[in-house]
Amino acid sequence: MSEAKKFNFIGQRTIRPDGHDKVTGKANYAADLSLPGMIWGKILRSPHAHAKILKLDTSRAEAMSGVMSVATFDDLPSVSNEAIQSGEGAIDSLDLGRNVLARDKVLYHGHAIAAIAAKTVAIAEKALELIDVEYEVLTPVLDLHAAMKADAPLLHEDMFTQGYPEQPEKPSNIAARHELKMGDVEAGFAEADVIVERDFVTPTVHQGYIEPHACTVSYNTEGQSMVWCSTQGHFDVRASTAKLLAMPLGNLKVIASEIGGGFGGKTTVYLEPIALILSRKSGRPVKMMMDRDEVFRASGPASAARLTVKVGGKKDGTITAMQTSIAYEAGAFKGSPAMIGGMTAFTPYNCPNVYCETFDVVVNKPKVAAYRAPGAPQAEFGAEMAVSELAEKLGIDPVDLRLQNAAKEGTQTVYGPKLKAVGLVECLEAAKNSPHYKTELKEGEGRGIASGFWFNIGGQSSVTINMNPDGTGTIVEGSPDIGGSRASMQMMASEELGIPLNDLKPIIGDTESIPYNQSTGGSRTTFATGMAVIEAAQDVVHQLKERAASLWNVTPDQVEWRDGSAINTAGEGQMTCAEICAKCEKTGGQISGTGNVNARGAGPSFAVHVCDTKVDMETGKVDVIRYTAIQDAGKAIHPSYVEGQFQGGAAQGIGWALNEEYVYNDDGVMENAGFLDYRIPLASDLPMIDTIIVEVPNNFHPYGVRGVGESGIIPPLAAVGYSVGDAIGANVSELPCSPPRVLKLIQEKG
Amino acid sequence: MTKVHVTTSINGDETEFLCEPHDTLLDVLRNDLSLTGTKEGCGSGDCGACSVTLNGRLVCSCLVLGVEAEGAEVGTIEGVGEADNLNVIQEKFLEHAALQCGICTPGLIVSTQALLAENPSPTEEEARYYLAGNLCRCTGYDKIIRAVMDSAETMRGEVK
Repeated sequence: MSEAKKFNFIGQRTIRPDGHDKVTGKANYAADLSLPGMIWGKILRSPHAHAKILKLDTSRAEAMSGVMSVATFDDLPSVSNEAIQSGEGAIDSLDLGRNVLARDKVLYHGHAIAAIAAKTVAIAEKALELIDVEYEVLTPVLDLHAAMKADAPLLHEDMFTQGYPEQPEKPSNIAARHELKMGDVEAGFAEADVIVERDFVTPTVHQGYIEPHACTVSYNTEGQSMVWCSTQGHFDVRASTAKLLAMPLGNLKVIASEIGGGFGGKTTVYLEPIALILSRKSGRPVKMMMDRDEVFRASGPASAARLTVKVGGKKDGTITAMQTSIAYEAGAFKGSPAMIGGMTAFTPYNCPNVYCETFDVVVNKPKVAAYRAPGAPQAEFGAEMAVSELAEKLGIDPVDLRLQNAAKEGTQTVYGPKLKAVGLVECLEAAKNSPHYKTELKEGEGRGIASGFWFNIGGQSSVTINMNPDGTGTIVEGSPDIGGSRASMQMMASEELGIPLNDLKPIIGDTESIPYNQSTGGSRTTFATGMAVIEAAQDVVHQLKERAASLWNVTPDQVEWRDGSAINTAGEGQMTCAEICAKCEKTGGQISGTGNVNARGAGPSFAVHVCDTKVDMETGKVDVIRYTAIQDAGKAIHPSYVEGQFQGGAAQGIGWALNEEYVYNDDGVMENAGFLDYRIPLASDLPMIDTIIVEVPNNFHPYGVRGVGESGIIPPLAAVGYSVGDAIGANVSELPCSPPRVLKLIQEKG
Repeated sequence: MTKVHVTTSINGDETEFLCEPHDTLLDVLRNDLSLTGTKEGCGSGDCGACSVTLNGRLVCSCLVLGVEAEGAEVGTIEGVGEADNLNVIQEKFLEHAALQCGICTPGLIVSTQALLAENPSPTEEEARYYLAGNLCRCTGYDKIIRAVMDSAETMRGEVK
């Protein structure tokens, strides 16, 4: 992309096409659909964090008046260890089945054991009390230290650590160990004048979407069954549900409702297979909705982590070696993003000597799910804290140290490829030149700065644009719109077709109206689905030109497409899109364009955040007083929604850094499973979050787009953490910086 | 259990319904009256997604019983404006891109309307504290607060 492309629609702040429905309450979310004859499903959940199920008897509940059906693990057809796509990684279907409904053992407090569908919620809840379960309570394993001990109680007797040359002799709670390395860290540290080595701890946190998981389903014995649910990937819901119920994909239609937040947490299934079993056994449509406390106890938190980070640098500011050992909690089943932590930790740095060792560890907590740049925030927290401390010890400005060592085009990553063109240097320069960074701190205030790296992904997207006889069109895409992506799809299609935005209506098609689409995750939608939209729109333009050519009796190459009209370059004449569409009947039938892509070349998006805090030295309460989020968007399609991603990521990261954590008692029961005690940031907790959009084009996208959804949650952990340490004059090593923890640091300092 | 007959006014429409004594106003609105614009995020009064007005007072409808609506005036998001005749607050939320997923939006708009009815000239801090009971996980509140402040300014201009 050597010269800047001129755009008519891209880069404007348009009104989103689904906006009116959302501000008037008309938009339909997961819990908003009811069907004739519908009944309600509720789930019996484990009161123990770790126990064997000795007996499960549902007969008394089944006999209760108003109860229509019951589901347990035995209703799942035999599932195997086969991997199926779920969320931003693959999960084995036996684990998925055992997470949906426990078999033999319960592995966390709140683990689903059985479900009941009844005529009312009240009856279903009453009937749950009639289910007889006998448990043999086992010692729960509640943190990484406990889980990794040689004599720790085992969650899975048949799990042996993967990643060693030979299978270990004894089973373990460590599901996998991986190593990533390049260069020679020993030699690198030998060259260093200053070495920083520290341990860091981050808590279990939840994505905290405001809409609880919910679905309405209808099983159809002869024809097609239907699932309506809130998900980031309805094709993955179809795959997982069909796998667990042994149904052919074509027998299941999944409709993605409007989605009330997901952040990675709505990339797997919890309720959908259960609801479908209940519907099958009762012959009635079934609605299920988690309570908020079920959302906390039994759906997707992000991994708690422990890491040791060691970085070394020379007096001239050259970082010579970076090393870390990382352990992530996976929850009850293997599959934490520990290795991603290793892959991302030091990628903002052009350092030749890197070593990362990662451990994926099961504990008696809910199975983790993806959360915005899954795996990156924890590891990069440690890395960025250590780099900031290194800068301080070397007496170099933290932005300058990062600039001097910044990853750029050609930088070798520890996970394999060399980086293509990226915008980290530009983000750091923007930070340095920002009004925020030039603002001097007052007494009692602290400042932190941190970078964040996320890969971004592309993948499969399919789009159809169906033109109507009046020249308007429908963009049928398969990417659930979680933050305004329909606006960007509409803009990209308008850009190619040259017709007004409102002439193109973007909709999310269900699983039978469009081919397979990967889920909305990995910051892939505007990039990959956008490419499919552009391709589909170009296909429509191509056909419109052909039709115009046939009406003018010229060849298609004699027709040009300009500003929504065909121009006859061989003679006189111009026809609008509407005029051509009106004559489709005479030129061969209606027009639809398709774009099917498996997009490669997703450009990483680097972010740099600057945070100023002020700490109340008597209570330990931290106030964020100034915040700036800078990030490379490649090309911002809709700047407001790009800024919104930066701000939303920053706010979630600030919550992670300051307040949010799962608090467990010794029995493994979460003690703060509600929004009152698990405190996500409120309007009154935050200042305005300033944004700077950097645009270093991604040459693999026609407009230069990079996904922007995820990187923004990475830098806040260290930007806030370091800022707090700076304000109180102590080293922060553990998140969240909640008042008791900060007060302890202040008191220890004396 | 015997159902209770309730006569109430919802967005100015006289409405009758039958509900169980334990049903919340939120359940009645959503499940019996099909007014699903009011959302459930927590059921415990912590998130504000179910915000409605009851006799002009801002409440979490998950903490109000359906029977308490007897003889009352209930205001929900469905009464704030129509798609072809949006309220200023709704317009400003769209202009400022103050929503991403949109699940908190109905509650925030109802709360903003209540805020501006009580205090037409809130400071940013007053707006942030008034809306502290409405959780948004997507936006970081920046664009919401801008939309609220712009709404206030525009509405003050209109009444002048």
